[in-house]
Amino acid sequence: MSLSEISIEDAKAAALAAIATADSLDHLKDVKLAHIGDRSPISRANQQLGSLNSEERAKFGKILGKAKGAIALAFDARGQILEAERDVRVLIEERVDVTIPARRTLKGGLHPLTILTNEICDLFLGMGYRVAEGPELEAEWLNFDALNMASDHPARTMQDTFFIEPENSHLVLRTHTSPVQVRTMLEEKPPIYVICPGRTYRADELDATHTPVFSQVEGLVIDKGITMADLKGTLDHFARSIFGPDVKTRLRSSFFPFTEPSAEVDFFFNGRWIEWGGCGMVNPKVLVACGIDPDVYSGFAFGMGLERTLMVRHGITDMHDIVEGDVRFSQSFGAGVK
Amino acid sequence: MKVPLSWIREYASISSDVRASEIEAAFVAVGFEVEEVVEQGSDLTGPVVVGRVLTIELVEGQKKPIRYVALDCGEAETRYVICGATNFVVGDLVVVSLPGAVLPGGFAIAARQTYGHISNGMICSSRELGLGDDHTGIIVLPEGSPGVDAIELLKIRDIVFDVAVNPDRGYALSIRGLARELAGSLKVAYRDPAGDVDLSFFAINSAGIQVSIDDPTGANVIFIQSLQGFNSVALTPLWMRRRLEKCGMRSISLAVDVTNYVMLELGQPLHAFDSAKITGALHIRRAGREQEFITLDGQARKLEATNLVVADDQRVLALAGTMGGLDSEVTESTSTLAIEAARFDPISVAKNSRFHRLSSEASRRFERAVDPALAAIASGRAAQLLIELGGATYVGSATDGQILLPPTVAFDPNFVSKLLGTSVSNETVQAHLELVGCVIEKLSTSSWIVTPPTWRSDLVNPSDLVEEVGRLVGLNSIVGTLPVGRANATLSPLQYRKRGVAQYLANRGFSEVNNYPFVSQEIVDTLGFTGVRAASFKIANPISDQAPLLRTHLLPGLLEAAKRNLNRGAKDLAIFEIGTVFRDVAKLAHVSPVPTTSRPSEETVATIYASVPPQPLFVGGVVVGELDRDGWWGAGRPFDWSDATTLALSIIELTGNAGVIVQSDLAPWHPGRCAEIQVAGKAVAHAGELHPRVLEALGLPPRSCAFAVILSELPVLSSKGAKPISTMPAATQDVSLIVDSLIPAAMVEAALVAGAGALLESVNLFDRYQFGGAADVGGGKVSLAFTLTFRAPDRTLTSDEVSGYRESAVASAAVACGAVVRA
Repeated sequence: MSLSEISIEDAKAAALAAIATADSLDHLKDVKLAHIGDRSPISRANQQLGSLNSEERAKFGKILGKAKGAIALAFDARGQILEAERDVRVLIEERVDVTIPARRTLKGGLHPLTILTNEICDLFLGMGYRVAEGPELEAEWLNFDALNMASDHPARTMQDTFFIEPENSHLVLRTHTSPVQVRTMLEEKPPIYVICPGRTYRADELDATHTPVFSQVEGLVIDKGITMADLKGTLDHFARSIFGPDVKTRLRSSFFPFTEPSAEVDFFFNGRWIEWGGCGMVNPKVLVACGIDPDVYSGFAFGMGLERTLMVRHGITDMHDIVEGDVRFSQSFGAGVK
Repeated sequence: MKVPLSWIREYASISSDVRASEIEAAFVAVGFEVEEVVEQGSDLTGPVVVGRVLTIELVEGQKKPIRYVALDCGEAETRYVICGATNFVVGDLVVVSLPGAVLPGGFAIAARQTYGHISNGMICSSRELGLGDDHTGIIVLPEGSPGVDAIELLKIRDIVFDVAVNPDRGYALSIRGLARELAGSLKVAYRDPAGDVDLSFFAINSAGIQVSIDDPTGANVIFIQSLQGFNSVALTPLWMRRRLEKCGMRSISLAVDVTNYVMLELGQPLHAFDSAKITGALHIRRAGREQEFITLDGQARKLEATNLVVADDQRVLALAGTMGGLDSEVTESTSTLAIEAARFDPISVAKNSRFHRLSSEASRRFERAVDPALAAIASGRAAQLLIELGGATYVGSATDGQILLPPTVAFDPNFVSKLLGTSVSNETVQAHLELVGCVIEKLSTSSWIVTPPTWRSDLVNPSDLVEEVGRLVGLNSIVGTLPVGRANATLSPLQYRKRGVAQYLANRGFSEVNNYPFVSQEIVDTLGFTGVRAASFKIANPISDQAPLLRTHLLPGLLEAAKRNLNRGAKDLAIFEIGTVFRDVAKLAHVSPVPTTSRPSEETVATIYASVPPQPLFVGGVVVGELDRDGWWGAGRPFDWSDATTLALSIIELTGNAGVIVQSDLAPWHPGRCAEIQVAGKAVAHAGELHPRVLEALGLPPRSCAFAVILSELPVLSSKGAKPISTMPAATQDVSLIVDSLIPAAMVEAALVAGAGALLESVNLFDRYQFGGAADVGGGKVSLAFTLTFRAPDRTLTSDEVSGYRESAVASAAVACGAVVRA
């Protein structure tokens, strides 16, 4: 076959027609082989160029180049269309129902007391308080005597204490976290700013509102010029942070051996006053027993039950839920990530 | 203490339009919690009148005694009613509610046909009138005339406040004290009932029963009033009986009622002896030798040598300040009386009360310190009432001891503003201190001498006086301020650790629980705890006698919690707890009593600290069933021993420490599937599958796993310097080694690491094959296949170089473990 303008145009037209009708990427691949492969009319025409004189070669070379360009362009365009069609088809075919439950692992959770404790500690860390902790099995002297509760002080019978055998071990399960305050005062020089969370024990039967093993958080500040106004301001700040910005507190005069003046603190929540905890200015007798000069330093202390705080804040109506370790309870609070 | 407003009003000028809620608020404002407010008679409408019983006719043919009673109710005609009570006879005065009356609970009275008669009203019991719980019979009045309004006669309309009194305020366990507090809170006038008592009638003489305080640590002062010719069957007048009832006490007999009445009125507990039963004089002394003594309640009590008692020349007559004795009690044949009023030592009475588990109205007051000035006044008041109401005549009075006055307090009134953080004028300070009974001598504007009243032995320090001013000024008038804390407030490493580990486990599907640390000996035995884990502290007064021990490990509580969850329908379960355990293993220091009047010496503080056992902090976990569950995607994977060991190791690695796993057989784990993890050569964790028999005994599913890590034992590492990250390519070499199956993989791995040289980056066991199967364990061989990864910081490693390292690692394993390269 001799090279002619018409034969090149025919080959080009045939290629373009084939490309246009290719209906899959595989088909397009076959078309490519047939129309621009080694044995295609276009390739063969290309091979014939060498045998032409220079004038002819230039002429046909140009025609051939144009034809090849047009085919390549059409080929790419068709290829893109077919690829897009394939992609759409495949993605539709691969669709799944993503709403199918696929939880392969158990859901975990922190106990809400842990979450609340962390929250309170973080609040006070931000106010410059250290978190102080101490032993739950504690020396009687640190739990009572140093706090102005001598062995026959009537206040000692206010707290139903768990005693450890033998009696002369003088060990008790701490009835409050106050011995941590005593340890802090014995170990450190003022200024002291500490928050003391922890487990405490009193010999009450478990019922809907009581538990023999419970948690407290206590705060202690000893510094120069500390006043009851500082105590009031700190409690207000604490209550607002835990229960919401509109929460009010009130102090009711009360009695604790380790504070003087002493008060109960209540907060107003959901339309009623709720008892929250005890507080007061650290009794000078306690400061003296811990080696702090009451003429130079004054301080305040406060203490709250965490279970009660939790119950009020989250509307928990039965203490059993807090203490029984049913995983559904902790799971409902999640891992405390906000 | 229950107090009727009508009685308070005698001493506090409270206007009649003050509402119950305002009085409650006034009590609360000065530090007295009001536990209950009962408005007696508020739901009672008359007519309720006094009636005299004229005739009683038994209605025949009834199972219960039903009586048809004729009454004179001051009307023209006799009134007839049906009554089921039998505690009255013809001639008695009773309370009758007439048709039209409405009793508490909306119970309307009307004439009605019953038991074949017309009943034209109702004879009432205390409970039916809302006066108390006593429904043992109807009320029989000691006085009154038929037709008189019984609501007025019985002073039914009243408001009774149940006021909680804090232990430092013994004086407030009385009308005297609470009227003073209420008057102070409401800013109204107050009259002290103690001032009403005329003491001129008695004189200390040698007539009547004499008294001596043999042990001056037991009492400061005592008064005895002797009376004779007492009419023991004289009735307690209605007004006194009603006041006792409103305060929650029952009328017993005139002599006892009078002592109770004066106690309620003034706060001084009194005791009436039948002086005919006293031999010689009365003595305040310790019991001395062990002996038995029968108290008023009929109980035989073994006296302890240090018990404080009131005795005569021969025997113990009363447990001082706590309860009288049966032998010297006032009875219907008593005609001579000795009225005792003492200021007993609060601690001695507290000990009496605690030792005999006997808390009485008297002991509650003595423990909280009674006004020492009251002994003379109250005994005089009681004697007067018994003379007036019981026909007695005065014989004589005896006393011993001194009234101990509270010490004066040097006081700077400016200290009030300084401690409260709010401005309080000196005039206000003075007014409030005087209101509570203090006497002030002013040396200057900043130097006062304050003499507390006799009833306020609790006012010792300037801060005690600040509290008095503070509660009367109102603590809520203080405007809050926020003190500035200290810089560098951070969590301690152990606190960070606790948080991090809890978060880690919660994120891995574990639920946190907080178990009680109380365990039974049974579970200790079931779990096979020995050694330090069997060294439990025992609670002397446990909640349950079944669980008196403190936990030595977290597993008992965790396993019980797991069981509880399974019982409630859980199938797959992962729980953890972070908590302290208690082991009675350290030798503890013995502490002798340490005074609190100054800071103990460093040595004493160290001894106190050393009397407390170390209490390590653990994290423990229990897993039952599948952690990776089955579902539509296919089968799940049970949590197994290796998950447990990995988890424990990961917790250790969270702290930056490296753990080494060694084979262990610690109970309650499966003896062949328990890993001990060591850090720096010390065992800090155990993990693996639990012993099948333990699981069976506890009713838990087979193959359940557990781990425990001693968080407080893990070293706190200082932050490390950063190593540069090499960007050179890594080269890997696989080795497959055959060893005896009892050689731990960890040992082989350690040997490879030791031999592989400094450029070894990591080693990873990727296959384990047991020749001859599981049955061959012990005698057989295993093949362990490891990938060794090498990397140089500065160059690409050649294959020759890396092969050399591998050879050297294999050689090391051959020497250490007898490992042979698998062909």
